[in-house]
Amino acid sequence: MTDQPVLEARNLVKRYGSVEALRGASFSARAGEVVALIGDNGAGKSTLVKCLSGAEYPDSGEIVLDGKVITLDSPTSARAHGIETVYQDLAVAPDLDPAANLFLGRELRRGGLLGRLGMLDKVEMRRRAVAEFARLGVQLQSVEVPIGALSGGQRQSVAVARSVVWASKVVFMDEPTAALGVVQRERVLDVIKRVRDTGVSGVLISHTMPEVLAVADRIEVLRLGRRVARFTAAEATLEQLVGAMTGALTNEEDAA
Amino acid sequence: MTDTQEKVVEGGLPLDQRSWRQKLIGANVFWIALILVLLCVVFSVLAPDAFPTLFNAQTTLIETSVLLILSVGMTFVIITAGIDLSVGSVLIFAGMMAGKTLNALGVNGDPTNEGWGTILVGLLVAIAAGTAWGLLNGLLIAHAKIPPLVVTLGSFGAALGAADLLNNGSDIETVPKALNTTLGYGTSFGIVPNMVLIAAAITLAGAWLLHTTRFGRYTFAIGSSAEAARRAGIGVKRHLVLVYTLTGLLAGVSGFMSLAYFGTTNISGHTTDNLDAISAVVIGGTSLFGGIGTMFGTVIGVFIPAVLKKGFDIIHVQDFWQLIAVGAVLVAVVWFDQRRRSSRDR
Repeated sequence: MTDQPVLEARNLVKRYGSVEALRGASFSARAGEVVALIGDNGAGKSTLVKCLSGAEYPDSGEIVLDGKVITLDSPTSARAHGIETVYQDLAVAPDLDPAANLFLGRELRRGGLLGRLGMLDKVEMRRRAVAEFARLGVQLQSVEVPIGALSGGQRQSVAVARSVVWASKVVFMDEPTAALGVVQRERVLDVIKRVRDTGVSGVLISHTMPEVLAVADRIEVLRLGRRVARFTAAEATLEQLVGAMTGALTNEEDAA
Repeated sequence: MTDTQEKVVEGGLPLDQRSWRQKLIGANVFWIALILVLLCVVFSVLAPDAFPTLFNAQTTLIETSVLLILSVGMTFVIITAGIDLSVGSVLIFAGMMAGKTLNALGVNGDPTNEGWGTILVGLLVAIAAGTAWGLLNGLLIAHAKIPPLVVTLGSFGAALGAADLLNNGSDIETVPKALNTTLGYGTSFGIVPNMVLIAAAITLAGAWLLHTTRFGRYTFAIGSSAEAARRAGIGVKRHLVLVYTLTGLLAGVSGFMSLAYFGTTNISGHTTDNLDAISAVVIGGTSLFGGIGTMFGTVIGVFIPAVLKKGFDIIHVQDFWQLIAVGAVLVAVVWFDQRRRSSRDR
């Protein structure tokens, strides 16, 4: 883990009509760490993630990747920069198998003329999918059944794995466990913990404080469109986090 | 760890090692194919002199060629969770455009003795006419976000009306003799009708495109979850336009083949082609909800109604029973599909 952030947001402002969703929000994520982004409803978490994943364009402020200011005008350009996003739902195609989902939109083609005609290399994709799932600890009974036949936790694990495999810099996970039961949630969290081993930065947006404390290395807190506090997970307590989210506690100089 | 089914790779990922036999039995299309085989056996037993004959096989295959090509396109459309009601009308329009062109190019307006140059022009006109309707459907569905049912219901009427306008509502009944005898009734390798060869080639190409290429993979992905496909960076709109355009193109080809076979534009003969193609695709196990389907299933789905009709004709059961039987099969297949889905989406 280095101190140099891989991705940084500086004083982002985003307005929707007269509503200011972000009022100079800052955020930073380092390589090889899981950082949690928390905040109450309406604190601007989703808007911040949308700006950093290319889904929305901030009105002002800078986005810095590896020390350079970049412009993210679409999710595609974010992906081209090595930034991937996992959504709560609708992230996978239920009728396709896990390997097809892992490579969705990035299919490997065969060599030669058939490949140029668009023919897929299904064997290689399946082989690499099995290897990647094993590396990230995604446990599946089968890589050949439609993903809709798997449990919700396995489906979301595949979605997380897909983003981690393709991200070279940052993976945003917007409440990836929100729709899951307890056991399935644990399995997804296990996959998220492995993100830091890959050297990629994982950003977890969550409402569940115990989950945040269990998984994250660092925690950044948003309130009313600004970053109000930063914690190291090992030193943070539940009371501190709740205090920061509700405005009872501030440890950030720019949160005045 | 003695059994392959318990085989585990490092990292605790069990590999699926189902045998091909287990996969076969698990596939819907296996049971549908079995129904087709059973139908053939039953009719062969009931009419051993008339049903299992070369002549009967040839005519059944020829008569299904046009519908098969329409159904290949329809399979792509339905797998994207769409529908195309316009294919029959587009077929008629393309045939009419080709017929008009052939007549205009013929000496004194009579194309009977025209050669292959003229015929080729007719084919290109038919393909262009079909492709144009398909493109229009695709643009309206993908970009104007009008539901496919509505768009193609509109073009279903509009294409038929346009075809009627071209020749004041009557059929064109003169085509080059060479077209009729070669493509329409000709055979290759001694026994294989040329119509069937072309339909088979198009079906194989369609199966290749659907099941082995990126185009096919995107078709399944969009039908399975358009939002997931979009988030994965797939150009959903562009792909939908291409799928409907492909279907229109194939309807254009069918229109030309129908013209070659019947020697007439046969307006009244294609009014239910759209529904026949949809039934065939759905009987073949392709889900109307999108994301699931096979080209092989569509072939079976085309032949079940055709064999029923032939068989009933041969054993002198009234044709009307075929309609009832096909209707029952259709509803049964969709019922099974629904049950399977509800058991899966826990």
